[in-house]
Amino acid sequence: MANLGELERSVMERLWASDAALTANELRDRLTLVGEAGEAGDRSPATTTVLTVLARLERKGFVSRSRDVRPHRYRALLSRAEHTAEMMHEVLDRASDRDAALARFIGTATPGETDTLRRLLDELARR
Amino acid sequence: MLAIAALLGVLAVALAWPVPVALSRAEWPARAPGLALALWQAIALGGALSMIGCLVVVGTAPDGSIVGSAEALLPAFASGPIPAEFGVVHLVALTLAAGLAVHLALNLAATAARAERERRRQHQLIAILSDPMPGEPRTRVLAHPVPLAYCVPGLRTATVLTEGLVAVLSPDELRAVVAHERTHLEQFHHLVLLAFRAWHQALPWFPIANRAERAVTVLTEMLADDGARRATGAAPLAGALERLGVAGEPGAYADSGGVEPDRETVEARLARLRSPGPPLGGLARIATAVVAVVIVATPLVAMLMIIR
Repeated sequence: MANLGELERSVMERLWASDAALTANELRDRLTLVGEAGEAGDRSPATTTVLTVLARLERKGFVSRSRDVRPHRYRALLSRAEHTAEMMHEVLDRASDRDAALARFIGTATPGETDTLRRLLDELARR
Repeated sequence: MLAIAALLGVLAVALAWPVPVALSRAEWPARAPGLALALWQAIALGGALSMIGCLVVVGTAPDGSIVGSAEALLPAFASGPIPAEFGVVHLVALTLAAGLAVHLALNLAATAARAERERRRQHQLIAILSDPMPGEPRTRVLAHPVPLAYCVPGLRTATVLTEGLVAVLSPDELRAVVAHERTHLEQFHHLVLLAFRAWHQALPWFPIANRAERAVTVLTEMLADDGARRATGAAPLAGALERLGVAGEPGAYADSGGVEPDRETVEARLARLRSPGPPLGGLARIATAVVAVVIVATPLVAMLMIIR
């Protein structure tokens, strides 16, 4: 059985790949489908496990839940690219603060440098 | 008593301005970055202790001991008059000493808590958004075109490279960058940086705090460069630095107009990688280590002398 972190990743990948919002059961079925041949049944997580993972992802701000219908449907809050761009913003902000939460390689952070990188991120996001 | 207070006062002033200014202008730290990093920490710690110690010695002068003064003054908080031998000067000095100590400690705690929160968030994002890099443990690749490498320190560590970086660097250069990040993690550079960050935030008006934080940042980069040099030799890291830090890859930054990193620092690191100066002599090393110990020990011993 995969650990929770890997499951979170798999769930996010299914949500990113799906156009529509999904229920926990639909997600569980999709997770089964990609299980390795011959042991597909064994690799299917229980629906409760999927719900746990979804609750964690919701808390972390990756997933939104629509509660107006039963069963609840889940979708990714941002696309993978949007999330990655946001993460890069956080990294650059931290680096310019030199908050010591992270250390980075390219040069040492100067306001000019991070401003340019941030502009570049914005340009990429608009495309 | 007055002599001790004067000694600590002189030490505090020296460590607040002339000593760090001289150190930040010296050229030897590039030849012994680990030792220079230790000296910077001694200056910061010794400076804070001398400042607090000087105030404590002045404030406890009427009684002559720290414990005695506490026994005399603390009950006065709850009830009763302040003992007559303690004048306004003494009370102000003690208040300032306590306030400074608490202020510094709280800032350190707040900075550490913020960094920890940030790291936890980074690990969450890394786990979901990045892919493991084959053959390199605890190294992840992030699907993003901006070339960047960074590491997340802590109990659980991660080194993150972007696809943009992987595309721009050769395999050797990439290994050097990973070794550089890993050295940051193994030598716990984040703890030193954290302390100086907190110090800077606690005393933003303090003229030397910014300079110290900057010097310490550059020294940790040099130490990480040395780690990469041990792992892969100097050439691959110099190549990576050249490509990303100074020259910039024309394709990598596309239509951004180029990134302007801190040219001076990168040039200093490159010069060091190309031709490392002679290592600092044994005598100079010992002398520096002794100075570092004395700087921290003096205020500690002074305060121990008057504890009872």
